[in-house]
Amino acid sequence: MEARKRAASILTYTLLILSFAIFVFPFFLMVVNSFKNNGEILESPFSLPTSLNFGHFAEVVDKMNFFVSFRNTVVITLLSVLLIGIFAAMTAYYMVRRPTKFNNGLFALMVASMIIPFQSIMIPLIYIYGAKLHWIDAAPIPLLIILYIGFGSALSIFMYHGFVKSIPYELEEASLLDGCTRAQTFFKIVLPMLAPTSVTIAILNVLWIWNDYLLPSLVLTKDQDFTMPIKMKVFNGTYMNNWELLIPALLLTILPILVAYLFGQRYIIRGVSQGAIK
Amino acid sequence: MITEKSRLKSLGNQLFFTGPTIIFFAIAVLIPFAYGLYLTLTDMTSPVNPIKFSGFGNYKTAFTDTAFWESMWLTVEFVLATVIIINILGFILAFLVTSGVKMQNFFRTALFTPNLIGGLILGYIWQFIFVQTLPSIGDKLGIEWLRLGWLGDEHLAFWAIVIVTIWQSAGYMMIIFVAGLVNVPKDVMEAATIDGANAWQRLRSVILPLMVPSFVVTVFLTLKNAFMVYDVNYSLTAGGPYGSTTMVSMHVVQKAFTENIYGVGQAEAIVLFIIVAVITGLQVYFSKRMEVAA
Repeated sequence: MEARKRAASILTYTLLILSFAIFVFPFFLMVVNSFKNNGEILESPFSLPTSLNFGHFAEVVDKMNFFVSFRNTVVITLLSVLLIGIFAAMTAYYMVRRPTKFNNGLFALMVASMIIPFQSIMIPLIYIYGAKLHWIDAAPIPLLIILYIGFGSALSIFMYHGFVKSIPYELEEASLLDGCTRAQTFFKIVLPMLAPTSVTIAILNVLWIWNDYLLPSLVLTKDQDFTMPIKMKVFNGTYMNNWELLIPALLLTILPILVAYLFGQRYIIRGVSQGAIK
Repeated sequence: MITEKSRLKSLGNQLFFTGPTIIFFAIAVLIPFAYGLYLTLTDMTSPVNPIKFSGFGNYKTAFTDTAFWESMWLTVEFVLATVIIINILGFILAFLVTSGVKMQNFFRTALFTPNLIGGLILGYIWQFIFVQTLPSIGDKLGIEWLRLGWLGDEHLAFWAIVIVTIWQSAGYMMIIFVAGLVNVPKDVMEAATIDGANAWQRLRSVILPLMVPSFVVTVFLTLKNAFMVYDVNYSLTAGGPYGSTTMVSMHVVQKAFTENIYGVGQAEAIVLFIIVAVITGLQVYFSKRMEVAA
């Protein structure tokens, strides 16, 4: 029995270390090759760099206009996630506390809309806000944020809806009887209690918006507005197969989210598993 | 429950709490969706031309567009390959990281990492592996199938997209399976062991039936993601070589934004939407019926 247990645990470790190696291998390649020049990369892609040469990083930061695209990504992601969270919490709260026919119908409509894939509405979307109303030329970043709020609302409301139902009504009742308005009651009493759900929702929305490509690639047309994925696409087109520049660029692009993961991994993993259960 | 005394106050609250959501939801989803249905009934070739009605002509064109159906079949093959492999692999990984070995949290964290990065960037990272690294290994060791550039070969390029998708999603599904596995009641497992069930029997008769709710979620997510695949497809092969890896999303994007055939492109997007809605709906309906109580 002991021997079999030992064998099982050795097998488990072997499989885990093997999968770990496969999963991390691409990142390893990015790191070791970002310090080499093209000749070294082609000669021996697996070897450790002979010197820590940050020259290509500096070149890429400059050529990619990295900090502009980084700033755009941060602004778009943060504003969208924040506004989705607040509006979705307000709507879900009101839908639970005032289950009128209209509110129930709206909730059903939003839940049903979650099965519509983005690909099925992107053509009219670009047609309406591009060719017809010219919002894409006039204010691409605000438009993008508005669209993210619209697309993100349904899932977030759905998740808040489930949570608000579990909050006892007595607390709000007391506050309402004390003369607080419904809005004051919501922001002072209900919203703080929603914090755990808010973290989960925010994490799911950050992972989605930070990495999104198709929607911003259709809405953002000017270089100064580009987010990091779009900038990377353009950069890849310009420096095709020029690995000594492409690899540092890829590494820089994934670095912010990896650093965030290093600090917030517990919350991120928990957010993902809770988000899926709902 | 306390309701507002005056109708005016009640209306004010309704507007305050649900107004912003309704406006943004209408702008992003409702109006484009409705307008999209209308677009499919017109024969608009470019945004500047006046709109003419064409009845169901676009749907007829969509149904006879062989490139569309080829991309659809390729997507179905892609869906089958990725859904099956990701779910099996994700489950095995979840099993390994809940078996009680040391550092299992470290492994969970590491295996989830590819999910933090978008498909577009992952595609570019793997381009380096398929274009540079694998051929270099093949060269040194004399392995012919590694030396070939995978992305230049019609069949291998398809499997390259499958591999990257599996690598990206297996860790996500693992996390969902972990949540299910830790909820399998200990006493049920002990009872099965005492009754003489071996490891395989415990897996088949106890764990898998209790894991059906997790599989409902993971199969749904992998199905939907696989049907909608675009980013990895775009950055890894851009549909090539010779259009051999153009999946349906990419076909629709090209139809609309490269060829400027909006009406047909939108009709094909609606056909895609209906196929996905029906398949995922059936999947959830039938797998829900397999659920058992612990």
